[in-house]
Amino acid sequence: MTGTDLTPADLTGPRVWKRFTPRQSLVRFLWYLGCVALFAWSLSHLEIPWFYFLDAHEQAADLLTRMFPPHWDYGAEILDPLLETIHIATLGTIVTYFIALPVAFLAARNTTPNGVTWLIGRFLLVASRSVNTVVWALIFVAIFGPGPVAGIWAVAFRSIGFMGKLIAEAIEEIDQGTVEAIEATGASRMKVLLIGVLPQVLPVIYGTTVYRWDINIRESTVLGLVGAGGIGIELYSAINQFQWADVSVILGGILIVVLISEFVSAGVRARIT
Amino acid sequence: MADTRIWRPPALIESPALRHGLTLAVILYLVWSIGGLDIDWGRVSQGLPRAGRMFERMFPPNFERWELLVRGVVESLEMALVSSLVGMIIAVPIGLCAAGNMVPKPVYLAARAIIVVTRTFHEVIWALFFVKIVGFGPLAGVLTLIVASVSFISKMLAEDIENMNMGQVEAVRATGASFPKILLYAVTPQILPRYLGVAIYRLDANIRHSTVVGIVGGGGIGMTLTATFKRYDYDFSLAILLTIIALVFLGEFFSSWVRGRLR
Amino acid sequence: MLKITDLVKEYPNGLRALKGVTLTIADPGVVAVIGPSGAGKSTLIRCINRLVDPTSGRVVLDDMDVTALGRRDLRKARRRMGMIFQEYNLVERLTVMENVLSGRLGYVSFWQAWRRRYPPQDVAAAFDLLDRVGLDGRENTRADALSGGQRQRVGIARALMQRPDLLLVDEPTASLDPKTARQIMRILVELAHELGTPALVNIHDVHLAQSFADRVIGLCDGEVVFDGGPADLTAEALTAIYGEEDWSATIRPADEDDENGENAAVAEAV
Ligand SMILES: Nc1ncnc2c1ncn2[C@@H]1O[C@H](COP(=O)(O)OP(=O)(O)O)[C@@H](O)[C@H]1O
Ligand SMILES: [Mg+2]
Repeated sequence: MTGTDLTPADLTGPRVWKRFTPRQSLVRFLWYLGCVALFAWSLSHLEIPWFYFLDAHEQAADLLTRMFPPHWDYGAEILDPLLETIHIATLGTIVTYFIALPVAFLAARNTTPNGVTWLIGRFLLVASRSVNTVVWALIFVAIFGPGPVAGIWAVAFRSIGFMGKLIAEAIEEIDQGTVEAIEATGASRMKVLLIGVLPQVLPVIYGTTVYRWDINIRESTVLGLVGAGGIGIELYSAINQFQWADVSVILGGILIVVLISEFVSAGVRARIT
Repeated sequence: MADTRIWRPPALIESPALRHGLTLAVILYLVWSIGGLDIDWGRVSQGLPRAGRMFERMFPPNFERWELLVRGVVESLEMALVSSLVGMIIAVPIGLCAAGNMVPKPVYLAARAIIVVTRTFHEVIWALFFVKIVGFGPLAGVLTLIVASVSFISKMLAEDIENMNMGQVEAVRATGASFPKILLYAVTPQILPRYLGVAIYRLDANIRHSTVVGIVGGGGIGMTLTATFKRYDYDFSLAILLTIIALVFLGEFFSSWVRGRLR
Repeated sequence: MLKITDLVKEYPNGLRALKGVTLTIADPGVVAVIGPSGAGKSTLIRCINRLVDPTSGRVVLDDMDVTALGRRDLRKARRRMGMIFQEYNLVERLTVMENVLSGRLGYVSFWQAWRRRYPPQDVAAAFDLLDRVGLDGRENTRADALSGGQRQRVGIARALMQRPDLLLVDEPTASLDPKTARQIMRILVELAHELGTPALVNIHDVHLAQSFADRVIGLCDGEVVFDGGPADLTAEALTAIYGEEDWSATIRPADEDDENGENAAVAEAV
């Protein structure tokens, strides 16, 4: 064979083009297969009673017709619980603000005193975030008894992880040169945090606080289910007593409150940054 | 030369009237909200000793009934997996319709309305309804998580489609391609990596949320957890909580690993 | 008086950035440290206030062995050494005055720092320094609204707020245009002379070093290869520091273009 390869076209056929090499295709196929198999196995293992599905649409339609027309007069009665929902979210966020900040400084690699404190900070953040607000509410209802105090602490304990994580990430991205400059003046560690670090992350702190407040409004709407105050109590009892016309009023109230809070939060955040 | 110039530290809010007004408003709000809340102070003041007793009963965590624990965890994982996959599929048409640059206005508004309403109501509220419709058990939980996943993924998808490079769409349209072909050749390649990333993130979020749908009877480890609280089985509660923390930690680790490789 | 003996720094990756540096700075005045990049200039300066911990050797400031200090005493020692950085390293979101006053952080309580309640004489001194560096009237400007030259003026004022016994200056002009660079060097040198504070200034610009320094130290590959007056910087000396090159264009009489003085500096800043 010489270097000039002039194999006639009729021997090799027309040139083919394929998106993937056979090997790539195989790998992709195996991935799909794995996902589908996992899905099928999970579904069968869940042992879902499919016959419930047969009349699910009737049930849903039945529910909807019962919800209309809404029992408008009931609206006046849910104003206080709605207000309490907002208070729980707001006060919970305020409490969070004071706890999340020190935890964030513990959990950021460049401000934590040592490896042990870093691990503690990280664990606090993960633990706080892993436990749902409603589960926290279960715990705090057991401690403080039913009522909004349990709700406030539940909201706070769930939010610490959320805000702490975002703030810690911001701390790890600050300009280290500024910190060195403050250290070089002979300032103590706390003063370095105060002057060298804090101003750099302040916008992130404000932003996440407002953002979390908005999320907390939504979370607070269901705290009543476990007795931790807010509109959830009314919702739960209305559903259990099949007062569907009341339920639609409550849902309308929640919709309005959540939409307004989202609007406010987006507006404030747009002004901060 | 003695310098008599004075310097005031900069205030967060420039105008004194606004600053003092806001301070006053915050104080008034605190007084009003705390005073207005229906708080049983006598009961709350018992909180610390009660918390102490609760912790005593929590430690050491009790893993004796690990079979129950494992069954709950596996069920939660399965619920998360099934709902993520189904949600991922249903989210595609809704996300597409919610992208302002792809569809006519009425379709866009309808899709956005679906996203807003599903997002507004907390998972637990959806779970309550599904429990009423299909009864207690994992089915209600799966349906709840599907709603939450569809809402989340389609919102992200719509944002990505709105922010994508329209030049590529126009280039493909210029070849005379039909709408489905435009989707296939101009939209999909731009969106796919982030869509997969969002879906993986949602899987991890669903693992977290699968614990809460159980509280109202939607199956999974949450149902087991609620039962332990009702029976004051606090040492088993702690065992479950620690397991959930470990699970969420692993899920997050896995999710960020996969998302890192998708890039 | 600063006395450095056999200073060695080996970074964790095994790189020996300083290989036994010995030098003494006894008189007030400006000492320029020149050398190619990677010679160890920054490492040397940062070992003196221990932003970098030296591997061995001693740094003694007026009978105080800086290398032997614990954390608390180290902070006290750092108060006596003002530092100026190439990238200014101001707190961008704070005002000029807050940045300048941060030079006093070692002397005020945490509460005072939190409330920005610095003693009146500190505030007065800060105003004086701002006048001197040509930033009068800018005390309430946020640092991120300043130009590079103005930021470095704030950096100088912050370091001098410490009333230091020694100034450590790491490439103060490397991020500035040539004209601003000369203005900044002039301010620095004038203030150092006026306050009688010895200054150790890293510079990669030989010409700037020659124009402004009272003494020049040449560093090459972690070792001192030259120590003398600016006039002694002959072509042979430069070759020893930087390697073979045609130096005739670099060496110029020291006071060649020194005519536009303080006024121009102020004009640029305002
Ligand atoms: N943190 C560090 N880790 C490892 N090596 C470093 C570090 N800082 C500087 N070096 C190395 O030490 C040598 C001297 O650096 P430096 O003191 O910054 O020199 P100069 O300031 O003269 O340019 C260089 O080779 C540099 O790569
Ligand atoms: Mg350097």
